[in-house]
Amino acid sequence: MSGVLAVLEQRDGVLHKSALEALAAAQQVGAELGGKVFAAVLGSGVDAVAQTVAGYKLEKVHAIDHELLKQYTPDGYTAALKALIEAHRPEYVLFPHTYQVRDFAPKLATALNRVLVSDLIAHRVENGALVLVRQLFQGKFNADVRFAGEPPYFASIQAGAFRADKLEVGSAPVEKTVPELKADQVRTRPLELFRESQRAVDLGAAQIIVSVGRGIKEAENIAVVRKLAEALGAELAASRPICDNGWLPMERQVGSSGQTVAPKLYVAVGISGAIQHLVGMKGSKTIVAINKDPEAPIFEVADYGIVGDLFEVVPALVEALKK
Amino acid sequence: MKIVVAIKQAPSRDSQLKVNASGSWIDDADLAWEINEPDAYALEAGLQLKEKLTGEVVVLCAGPERAGQTIREALAKGADRAIHIETEKYGPADPLVLARMMARALEAEKPDLVLTGLQSDDLGYGQTGVILAEVMGLPHATIIMNIEPSGGGIKVKRELEDGWFQHVEMPLPALLTIQSGATKLRYATLMGIKKAKTREVRRVAAAELGGAGEASIRLERIYTPEKTKQSQIFDGPAKEAAAKLVEKLRFEARAI
Ligand SMILES: Cc1cc2nc3c(=O)[nH]c(=O)nc-3n(C[C@H](O)[C@H](O)[C@H](O)COP(=O)(O)OP(=O)(O)OC[C@H]3O[C@@H](n4cnc5c(N)ncnc54)[C@H](O)[C@@H]3O)c2cc1C
Repeated sequence: MSGVLAVLEQRDGVLHKSALEALAAAQQVGAELGGKVFAAVLGSGVDAVAQTVAGYKLEKVHAIDHELLKQYTPDGYTAALKALIEAHRPEYVLFPHTYQVRDFAPKLATALNRVLVSDLIAHRVENGALVLVRQLFQGKFNADVRFAGEPPYFASIQAGAFRADKLEVGSAPVEKTVPELKADQVRTRPLELFRESQRAVDLGAAQIIVSVGRGIKEAENIAVVRKLAEALGAELAASRPICDNGWLPMERQVGSSGQTVAPKLYVAVGISGAIQHLVGMKGSKTIVAINKDPEAPIFEVADYGIVGDLFEVVPALVEALKK
Repeated sequence: MKIVVAIKQAPSRDSQLKVNASGSWIDDADLAWEINEPDAYALEAGLQLKEKLTGEVVVLCAGPERAGQTIREALAKGADRAIHIETEKYGPADPLVLARMMARALEAEKPDLVLTGLQSDDLGYGQTGVILAEVMGLPHATIIMNIEPSGGGIKVKRELEDGWFQHVEMPLPALLTIQSGATKLRYATLMGIKKAKTREVRRVAAAELGGAGEASIRLERIYTPEKTKQSQIFDGPAKEAAAKLVEKLRFEARAI
């Protein structure tokens, strides 16, 4: 085995919160398959962040440095990583499954005539080969996936699938490379980042949250869950489609593109439990799910659940709470 | 502007899905089907751009015969014509194989802009659009909320993590993957449904486009995930289930 390369996302010298999980995955896979583990960071002026990464048990850290990598672009990142992979030929290339990785990793794999296995949640080794587990149908099912053909093999890792606190520390050398990149290779021009919604509501401080999803069907029906929120003294929150529709304000959205919450009690009503929602609430102490579909993935994280029609269950709950 | 919108047919959202007997895929015999949700927003974005700039919207769809219904619905909403890559059953599970077929089907089209949904509700790779861009040699951007013409190219609004956004400028031709929910979807009008019947659907067999090709990933088995958490599930009459839940929350979890 010629090695495992973890590509670690950083911005302005700060590692992405999922980057070390990808590094942990690389250490684990390397140990299981008997391969050396490498890491790469890309950007402009990445010395300091490369030094941070060098504090883990690794064969080497590649610091890929170029003025044209200062701002992320899919063209720049793909060209730089393609050159690195062609020069060092790792067998496995692992990424954290971030928005940025979604943006360039499929392009990089394609440029090398391979396919990325995206968003994996688990893995196992069978006869010296990796079997990867990823979700299908928004989390309803899992699938076992294998690589076919020749390496390099590319995979991205779902946030939380590997634990960064299991990382082995060490001291690795940093190898700095300045890739050959020309300005006209980069076809897109990224402008500055900005934020939109002012967060007047801090759901993070709420003790109890009642959260509503698309099972509510219509804007008028929001009143049904509002009554439950009142009965529990809870803040009202929602899944993304509810906020997209304008049925509740954006600032009440929970999930990867909304707020992350961890109340004492989270009641999910008519929410299927897509990963982008789960990442925003699975740290809640007690989770209750109300859904008519017994197979809905929200039940996988729930402590208590009621399988049934929310339009019967929620009013019944409001009644039961009065007793 | 010539806009190609790639759409996929997926099981309708409220389907009660089951794994088939061999564990190779879902049991898809008696399902209802609809356009993959993010693709509906890609189509909407394409139609809105056409209305603003004039031009043509061409729908591209790979799928078995039943996908014809989803194509007709797209035409009824206002797409001008369609290309249907006819596959057996589900079509390839390898997104690179699929993207190569799509690129070949588009060779004669020379679109200014290609739009896809950002991911599918079934396989959920979130990759087909990006791969297609690389195969076609186009610049791309993903998770797009808004598209505006700018100079000779476009300026798009990308969604990033933690509530951040970013504008990106890019030349045409280009490919964008579209996020759900940024605009309202239109309904087909009666007039649109009538007109759709007269619109061209070019059918190409997958085999003519290189067919299966060599896959670099293999889907071995699908199954219902094992529960990692011990959850207590109540069903039966709503009143009883509600009473049990409230008792548990009060005296076991002490959450209320
Ligand atoms: C890049 C990206 C970022 C995203 N960010 C977020 C985010 O921050 N937050 C977020 O929530 N989503 C986010 N999403 C969207 C996410 O993938 C899901 O599409 C979304 O969470 C689904 O919302 P839902 O559960 O309300 O709807 P659905 O998935 O449609 O689920 C509705 C549920 O209601 C149930 N139901 C229907 N009728 C009834 C009834 N009468 N009684 C009881 N139950 C019923 C159904 O069984 C189903 O499980 C993001 C997606 C992407 C791609």
